[in-house]
Amino acid sequence: MIDTAFFSLELLPALNRGLLVSLALIIPASVIGFGGGIALGCARAFGPSWLRRLGNAYTALLRGVPLAVQLMMTYYALPKLGIYFEPYGAALTSFILCTSAYQSEYVRGALLSIRQGQIRAAQALGFTTFQTILWIVVPQAARRALPSCGNEIVYLIKYSSLAYLVTCMELMGEAKVVASDTFRFTEVFLAVGLYYLAMVTVASWILNRLEEHYRIPGFGNH
Amino acid sequence: MTSGIEIVLSVRNICKSFGAKRILTDCSMDVKRGEMKVLIGPSGAGKSTFLHSINCLVPPDSGDILLEGRPLDRSNKKALCAFRMQVGMIFQDFNLFDHLSARENVAIALRKVRGMGRDAAAHRADEELARVGLARQAALYPAQLSGGQKQRVAIARALAMDPKVILLDEPTSALDPELVGEVLSVIRDLAADGMTMIMATHQMDFARALASEILFMEKGRIIERGTPEALLADGSGTRTRDFCTRLLDMGAQAGHD
Repeated sequence: MIDTAFFSLELLPALNRGLLVSLALIIPASVIGFGGGIALGCARAFGPSWLRRLGNAYTALLRGVPLAVQLMMTYYALPKLGIYFEPYGAALTSFILCTSAYQSEYVRGALLSIRQGQIRAAQALGFTTFQTILWIVVPQAARRALPSCGNEIVYLIKYSSLAYLVTCMELMGEAKVVASDTFRFTEVFLAVGLYYLAMVTVASWILNRLEEHYRIPGFGNH
Repeated sequence: MTSGIEIVLSVRNICKSFGAKRILTDCSMDVKRGEMKVLIGPSGAGKSTFLHSINCLVPPDSGDILLEGRPLDRSNKKALCAFRMQVGMIFQDFNLFDHLSARENVAIALRKVRGMGRDAAAHRADEELARVGLARQAALYPAQLSGGQKQRVAIARALAMDPKVILLDEPTSALDPELVGEVLSVIRDLAADGMTMIMATHQMDFARALASEILFMEKGRIIERGTPEALLADGSGTRTRDFCTRLLDMGAQAGHD
């Protein structure tokens, strides 16, 4: 019943090729997106009012427009402004911009939850505002935001499958090609589903380990 | 009114309003080296705001602040940070950094503000923790410490910066009664070592024993000042004495709010 030749010769090599592209999208997008989310969250929580407004507008725009539309804009509309991207570059750029907007929302909430007293204590010791944010507020906020940010990374893994829309041949793109060549939609997308499930499982494990690693006695219990 | 080296900190005519509400009116004091000034007065008198305005955590609307005769330019952020480095502050609710161990709480300002190396800062932190009797708690996090221990870490953190003066904002008010003693004894040791301090407190016995001068505040003004002997003497008829008598009348709650 199971056509092992189809799996081993056609499907799996294609999916493995796609997997590498997917990972090349997801890993940098989640790392840079988390960093960008912290920077954007700080700007929105502590920046001067013009920067806050700018950050809020950016977040509202990127959270309000479907990612598929953003991908299309990056790939098809930006060249009209003289900004050209390869398919991979367009997908990665869109993912970073989008995920950092979401991450900033989680980070901003965590930043604002840090007790004012600690900020006053740092300033009383002679910390500048920037040093206070860098050494006192962000390390605590990042810990507090880590579970939500991990959730966003799990979403990112799955919405990375939209990259095929701009002809970036990641997991989903490769799968579509195999499926339309062979008409074996069930097997192909069942296998793709398992690939994504495996990626999410590994990511969740890594995120749990990170949370464990950065855990501090009694922190976040109040 | 000399600007000699003898006067460490001089605060002149501090005024502060929040909106239309006047919080501080013309508060002034000169603190000599090794002195302990004690601020007392009812809740809401402005003691805490006055202390916070001295290092501009609450920026005063007007008035001058001079450290060792040099006026502080409050609009200059660099000068303000340099000033705050030299003026320690102890808060009612400790305000330890929750994500750092006791040792790191003390060491972080040494490293980031004073630019000390990691090892030197850790070594200095251990010394200061030993000075407040917490050598064995250096690796514990704030959530693992009692209130009294947290406040002693906060004192070690301030001491490590070698401050010229320390401001203490009701350092024992948030503590359970049985923990007050350990913090007061650390402050007593500091006074004996000649540390210059300004302290807001309701601990009248402590103030009477250690204060060089008591300043009594009410409605944002310093309305009486003098040595404990002068202000608290029987029959002196001062507001300070009246206030202290009422504190004692509250029985078990006296000295702890």
